[in-house]
Amino acid sequence: MLLESTRKRATVLLAAAICLAAPALANAQTTLHAVMQSDLKILDPIWTTAYIVRNYGYMVYDTLFAMDAKGDIKPQMVDTYSVSADNLTWTFTLRDGLLFHDGAPVTSEDCIASIKRWGARDAVGQMLMTFVKEMKVVDAKTFTISLNAATGLMLQGLGKPSSNPAFIMPKRVADTPPNEQIKDYIGSGPFVFKTDEWKPGVKAVFVKFDKYKPRSEPPSAMAGGKVVKLDRVEWIVMTDQQTAVNALKAGEIDFIEQPSIDLLPEITKSPDLKLVDGNPLGYQYAFRFNVLHKPFDNPKIRQALLYAFNQEDFLKATIGDPTYYKECKALFVCGMPFASDAGMTDKLESNFKKARELLKEGGYDGEPVVLLQSTDLGTLTNLAPVAKSLMEKIGMKVDMQSMDWQTVVARRTKKDAPDKGGWNAMLTSWVAADILNPVSSAFVNASCDKAPFGWPCDPELEKLRADFAREIDPAKQKAIVDAVQVREAEYPTYINIGQWYQPYAMRKTITGVIAAPVAVFWNVEKAGG
Amino acid sequence: MLMYLCRRIAAIVPVVLIVGVLVFLMLRLTPGDPAAVIAGNSASSEDIAQIRSQLGLDQPIAAQFFIWAGKMVVGDFGESFFYKKTVASLIVDRLEPTLALAVLTIILATVISVPLGALAAYRQGSWVDRVVMGFSVLGFSAPVFVIGYLLIYVFSVKLGWFPVQGYQRLSDGFGGFIYRLILPSITLSIVYIALLARMTRTSVLEVLNEDYVRTARSKGLSSMKVLVRHALRNAAVPIVTVIGVSIALLISGVVVTESVFNIPGLGRLTVDAVLARDYPTVQAVVLLFSLTYVVINLTIDLLYLVLDPRIRY
Repeated sequence: MLLESTRKRATVLLAAAICLAAPALANAQTTLHAVMQSDLKILDPIWTTAYIVRNYGYMVYDTLFAMDAKGDIKPQMVDTYSVSADNLTWTFTLRDGLLFHDGAPVTSEDCIASIKRWGARDAVGQMLMTFVKEMKVVDAKTFTISLNAATGLMLQGLGKPSSNPAFIMPKRVADTPPNEQIKDYIGSGPFVFKTDEWKPGVKAVFVKFDKYKPRSEPPSAMAGGKVVKLDRVEWIVMTDQQTAVNALKAGEIDFIEQPSIDLLPEITKSPDLKLVDGNPLGYQYAFRFNVLHKPFDNPKIRQALLYAFNQEDFLKATIGDPTYYKECKALFVCGMPFASDAGMTDKLESNFKKARELLKEGGYDGEPVVLLQSTDLGTLTNLAPVAKSLMEKIGMKVDMQSMDWQTVVARRTKKDAPDKGGWNAMLTSWVAADILNPVSSAFVNASCDKAPFGWPCDPELEKLRADFAREIDPAKQKAIVDAVQVREAEYPTYINIGQWYQPYAMRKTITGVIAAPVAVFWNVEKAGG
Repeated sequence: MLMYLCRRIAAIVPVVLIVGVLVFLMLRLTPGDPAAVIAGNSASSEDIAQIRSQLGLDQPIAAQFFIWAGKMVVGDFGESFFYKKTVASLIVDRLEPTLALAVLTIILATVISVPLGALAAYRQGSWVDRVVMGFSVLGFSAPVFVIGYLLIYVFSVKLGWFPVQGYQRLSDGFGGFIYRLILPSITLSIVYIALLARMTRTSVLEVLNEDYVRTARSKGLSSMKVLVRHALRNAAVPIVTVIGVSIALLISGVVVTESVFNIPGLGRLTVDAVLARDYPTVQAVVLLFSLTYVVINLTIDLLYLVLDPRIRY
């Protein structure tokens, strides 16, 4: 009796609490709650290459060109464009009706200022700007770019899908010095960023930009019509993956951009949830050499690892389920225009005999290799032990040093000797959209001190990259890319240890998610509001 | 008494100074570079060097310390490296969830554990005592995150009674505020219930064997009056000490619960800041935690005067 009355009281109290909470939960608008890969901390997608800021950029800004699902570059803000017979003058005309979120029209001046700022920060942009002689306003909607030499980078640069895309900002914002962060967050993209609702570490809020004028073509990857079918998108910061999956099951959130690989079976078992392969390009694992120090200052010893490694061991140890990985030797991403096996057919097969011969030829004398292992990112942790094991099989000594990812990030910038705080090798993962050609792929950059950490130094690779930038014929570009890959086999700057895929997790009420290199929210619908 | 109070308040200064120097040096000696984190994966060495210079990290450590200490003296905690917001505003934003969770947890823990502990002592050796002590061992042994996930699975995922995660500010409505804090505070309170119940039982047991309790009984006072008026009040000093220390521990130690229930409190801010090497934020939060400890300890010492008139400072 007592138990029954207590239970009744508890139920009444619970119902009262739910009723009190209900007004906050009720929302007539269609709001999508998404847990993204990380917290949005910086709001300048040109200043940083962080992927979450790039994703934010695609919400708030638009691009002149964009890459479609086939990897072709298509006009986005641009209506028409032409190039002169000598390939030295490009003319671009903007679409009608493009507006910034403050109601001002997008003009040629805005585009030129934005390209300048992007060209000062982005690797492809910097290369492209070496070709640019002049950018001129023709009228409010038309501008020209004159070159001092022909280049194949114009469209590939302006339509670059990943960090840093050439986002268009108002001139007053784009005039911010490239090394300073912008302080005005007005874009012309399909969503408006709600600065007043942004709570770092908690949530970022975007609302539909009613005056956005989408293209008429259907959406295709980053290109086509960006038709917004949601009123509001909230990026909820959730650091615990299990909590995110529980919240997805309970319907408190609708979408997880990067669910942990070990939780995927739990998601597939749930009748209300689904996995969607939203990023068909996926990611590429990379084993990066530091060429400044022994033993990897010697290309022969780096080649030995190309023979000693095989992709399957790495992929099985980290991803496990073959549904989410692919063995692919192409440096510039399988399934994309510059995919090739050139120079790689006999590599990455764990040919230990050949690897030992190369070690001997290279004069390896047993110096230990300092290998950095990141322990806090699930998709990276198991890579280093596999690398260590394969290196030891060919007789190398490996000093695997474990640390958190942020320590790896800091340590890899150090040029000191490995026994004095430096390093010999580290492992990371690239968004495949960042490495689609030899100019955008940072690890192929072999410009010595100006190259990213690892600092490879090879005039031949640099000449091939410059040739690629100058070439405008796609067939000839492909031949140059093959030559780059052959040179990479002789002078390895890094080893591609496999491609992997990260599905999105979402509730079954969510439809229209576009397969693209970046998680975008146009075209997405949510049933039942 | 007044002199004692002044002495204790004056002692806060060297404590804060020592903690400030230690946290500053430890952060600088910990491997990691905020500039490299901010710049992103594709950044060049030049970009990273530029950011380092903008953040003032290219200056000698001593110079960095004096700049920071100079600002701290006038109450300027600096600006977060990442959020480009003042650290003070970040802390203010995160203080409410942590305080709310800590206060609710300690209320829950005290209200449940003190009567349970007293009852266990009063019925020493009985089944009540065994059940309370059994629960106490279980409460100590079960990790907070296991309890949290278990409660979420049962009450949120399966029964749908409570939300899995999130926090609602008090200003947005009391109902939603409490509703979202129920599971997290139950999760967090279990270990404190176990601790306090055990402590109460031991303290009350000691007091129950004292002469004045026997005298009270012989005067014909009821069992309840003896327990509450004489035993519990005299056993209160160690209990209050544990409660006070628990509050301090809770404020700085709710990281796991905040992560499991996605509560944007100070614990999560600290962890995020440490992982990102956001030096100004970590320095300010650690100083705040140390101040909290000092103030709570002082409050406990002052409370002894109220609880036990024999104590004099």
